[in-house]
Amino acid sequence: MTTQVRTEPITVNLGPQHPSTHGVFRMRVTFDGEEIIDVEPIFGYLHRGSEKLAEERTYVQVVTLTDRMDYVGSMLNNQAYMLAVEKLAGVEPAPRGVWLRMIASELQRIASHLVAVGFLIQDLGAWGTPLIYTMREREKILDLFEMLCGARITNSYLRPGGVFMDAPEEFWPAMNEVLDELPPRIDDLDDLLTDNDIIFSRTKGVSILTPEQMIDASITGPMLRAAGVDWDLRHRDPYDYYDQVKFDRPLHTAGDNFARYWVRVQEMRESIKIIRQCEQLIEPGPIRPEHDDVPWLLRPPVGDAYAAIEHSKGELGFYLVSDGSISPYRCHVRAPSLINLTLLRDMLVGELLADMFVSFGSVDINMGEVDR
Amino acid sequence: MSKAWDGAKLAEAIHKSIPDVVVDANGTDIWIEPDSVLEVMRLLRDDAEFQFQLLSSVTAVDYISYFEIVYHLTSLTRNATAVIKSKTGFGRDEARIPSVVDIWRGADLQEREVWDLMGIIFEGHPNHKRIMLWEGFPGHPLRKDLATYEQSIVPEAERRVPSGVANEVEEGQG
Repeated sequence: MTTQVRTEPITVNLGPQHPSTHGVFRMRVTFDGEEIIDVEPIFGYLHRGSEKLAEERTYVQVVTLTDRMDYVGSMLNNQAYMLAVEKLAGVEPAPRGVWLRMIASELQRIASHLVAVGFLIQDLGAWGTPLIYTMREREKILDLFEMLCGARITNSYLRPGGVFMDAPEEFWPAMNEVLDELPPRIDDLDDLLTDNDIIFSRTKGVSILTPEQMIDASITGPMLRAAGVDWDLRHRDPYDYYDQVKFDRPLHTAGDNFARYWVRVQEMRESIKIIRQCEQLIEPGPIRPEHDDVPWLLRPPVGDAYAAIEHSKGELGFYLVSDGSISPYRCHVRAPSLINLTLLRDMLVGELLADMFVSFGSVDINMGEVDR
Repeated sequence: MSKAWDGAKLAEAIHKSIPDVVVDANGTDIWIEPDSVLEVMRLLRDDAEFQFQLLSSVTAVDYISYFEIVYHLTSLTRNATAVIKSKTGFGRDEARIPSVVDIWRGADLQEREVWDLMGIIFEGHPNHKRIMLWEGFPGHPLRKDLATYEQSIVPEAERRVPSGVANEVEEGQG
């Protein structure tokens, strides 16, 4: 004979200061025993008013604000913003500048995925080792960024029409060394984690989202590809020179935490392929248009423009409105981190306390971008 | 390459199903009546000609004499994009527009953000609360008439010392 123990629902505040919330995220979670029955996400603890600040800065100065949105994907943020500025001002970018920013943004994508995977495994309880493995590789990429532009995290590398500095001579051998070392390290990660029974049994079938649900909720990026939807803006709507490089889009059909982890690991390999091709295709030349054509104090004609890229987290879009002056009249950011949290409640309700932060980590958000 | 819908063609295509809702069309953008947002968006999502399953972005711009709500739509199956705009809140009246959360859940957090920062009321939103700022924050910061910190500093010439304080200072000095 079994006896049923009835438990009272208990509401717990998690965050904003909590080591597993990837920043200052707060959730008000109601538990019934160990099961989650309600989740209410609370945002805004890192709100700095970036969109308003952009209205008082020149188009080039806003680049520094975009760095601080998703601070593990600064190069990608720069790229999205620059595409919007170029569309708005009708700037024709310099080819070498475009190749350089493609290389930079693909390196950044690897770094960002390494962070996502490392912290996801840490959330699973594998404290330390896997995170140090991924962080070690990321560190090498950050060193490359330091060579490119002198900064590691907040790069501000891009300028309208290209980049502000050409890569130094020693950058290319250093990058090749990193790219040679990376695939065996990703294999290590695969050996250690992807085929690991504990990780497999903890993440398989947890927090499943269907493609229909996700498309309805505007979720994009690796989350959507983990449910088998072949939607990658680099492939569907190629910006920069992505139409000239060949790459595969790893897809998984499960739509659970494991699939989201797996897609990110595979995407790192594809990014390496893209960088190798960029290196072959890049040619000497100017890194940005002449000063007379594209001055630092850009005055785009009156109008608006929306440009989106495939960020490591999803579709990152910038909507800019110009009134003909030196600063944007309105600068809106379509932040994938925020929008990918739309279904957080659906993902978590019915799951267990122990899986909560794993599911949350598998969304791969960055609070700097959620709150802006 | 994804195809951006031409404004005039999109307006014509919508006119066939729902007449007289498109106010203006220009380049890649169309402007619709705020009251007809739900009807038009349902058509754009469900009709085989459009198939806009994904709402990329919802935002608003303050043009001082009115507010403009901007929707960016994406069709995954047709690989197409469209820009739908709607003007509301003329003369800085209370700006209102129907919420599209029932059509795309992706509008949930984005509409809350627009309400919080721009002060547009989304009618029928299931959780119409502030998102970035706290409840009770005065005003909506992305509006153009918000006084900035510098503007709230009173210039030297316009300074008026409250009478009680002035007396205390004079007494202290004397």
